[in-house]
Amino acid sequence: MTDPEHGDPERRRSPLHEVHAAEGATFTDFAGWSMPLKYGSELAEHAAVRTAAGLFDLSHMGEIVVLGPEAGEALDAALLGEISAVETGRAKYTLMLNGEGGVVDDLVVYRTGPDRFLVVANASNRETVAAELRSRAVGFQTEVQDESEDIGLLALQGPLALDVLTEVGGFSADQDERTEQRFVELLTALRNYRFLAAWYRGHPILVARTGYTGEIGYELFLAPALLPQLWRAIRETGAGSGVVPVGLAARDTLRLEAGMPLYGNELTPLTRPQQAGLGRLVRGEKTADYVGRDAVEGFDPAGQRILVGLTCEGRRAGRHGYPVRAGDDVVGEVTSGALSPSLGHPIAMAYVDPAAVAADLAIDVRGTALPARVVPLPFYKRPERKA
Amino acid sequence: MTGEQELKYTAEHEWVDADGDTATVGITAYAAARLGDIVYVELPGVGDEVTAGSVVGELESTKSVGELYAPVTGVVTEVNDEVASSPEVVNSDPFGAGWLLRVRITETPELLDHAAYQQLTGEA
Repeated sequence: MTDPEHGDPERRRSPLHEVHAAEGATFTDFAGWSMPLKYGSELAEHAAVRTAAGLFDLSHMGEIVVLGPEAGEALDAALLGEISAVETGRAKYTLMLNGEGGVVDDLVVYRTGPDRFLVVANASNRETVAAELRSRAVGFQTEVQDESEDIGLLALQGPLALDVLTEVGGFSADQDERTEQRFVELLTALRNYRFLAAWYRGHPILVARTGYTGEIGYELFLAPALLPQLWRAIRETGAGSGVVPVGLAARDTLRLEAGMPLYGNELTPLTRPQQAGLGRLVRGEKTADYVGRDAVEGFDPAGQRILVGLTCEGRRAGRHGYPVRAGDDVVGEVTSGALSPSLGHPIAMAYVDPAAVAADLAIDVRGTALPARVVPLPFYKRPERKA
Repeated sequence: MTGEQELKYTAEHEWVDADGDTATVGITAYAAARLGDIVYVELPGVGDEVTAGSVVGELESTKSVGELYAPVTGVVTEVNDEVASSPEVVNSDPFGAGWLLRVRITETPELLDHAAYQQLTGEA
């Protein structure tokens, strides 16, 4: 049995493992890694991200660099969406499909230069995505490098994330450390799905306004050796304003409230983007051919289950794999569910027969029918805040 | 309240405080920590007959569901209504205010003592 105090020694460990242990983390096995599940109360961690900010170690994520004069064209052929049209300094959420139009992984692609992209993949799919990118890039003047070992990733998410990050210190807009004020100005002006190529204590860092929580937040890509220093700096700066470390348990409830799909739950090799509410990513006008194109552009939605949000009353939650019923008929299946910490009632995402979406639905919670109502996603939207 | 040293335990991470023919039952701090923040507790009804080893309720955290087993055979005489409205009490005070039910015992299987339970959880 895994010792939750220290984690499974067979698993890969983050460069922050000892820092997490000192923070009181309970570890869990995740995609071959031993990562923090929580540090104390996952409900408190969830609430901190909604009201202050939370700091996440995402060392398990895969970072794959695609570079060369035809890197953009290679990614157009490999992924959904016109990646070559993304401007430097911008990020794009996209999918890698298989030949049948099913989802291999969901990805965020950052254009870091005219001939350079950073592809961020889920930990469990890192090798698959790297191998597929290599094989799909054949014939293009490009190179695919899995740099996951050399790129670390932290996320700081929540309404106070910007305040904390501008106070941490040590950042500069370029290699000259006197450009700290310039960095603060650029960061303050940074809009969603944009990033800065900046410096942290003399080392390159990407500061991206991306995340997986439904809050304003930042993801920070930097050398793994620098992670402990930056982690401690953010913790010290944020301690007075309620910034806490956040584990995978709260990360899951945060993304579920935000209606964000999770690979392995809402997205699988059998899921077509249109079923998952990601039809906007399928652009018929895209000129380049890409893997899965015929299947996904010719997809006939008639009779195919679609992803919906469900809410229930009470405190009992439908969970991954539970059937969704209309009367005695099974008309769907829950892919993720929890008692929503922010909303106080159960929420779930489920694939449901389109003909049954308007019916009186219930989640079969271990034999008990829990009445469920279809609601638009996301379940939770961050409140508008005055600047 | 009986000290943790004097309580009996099950391999399903429940504690049993037997006082005469009545047993007070809860889950251990170890179990509560493993479950995570408990957000829902379902308990049997007063008057229900329960059999040692059978499922009589459940505890849900944000992440998972844990089943509650009857550690002894008997009749439920009382359940802790406070944990239904404030399930977090099970996390904050599992051996005290977070108790779950009381059973009038008709039969008690062999239970673990504190040392044996600590052995089981690797906390010895």
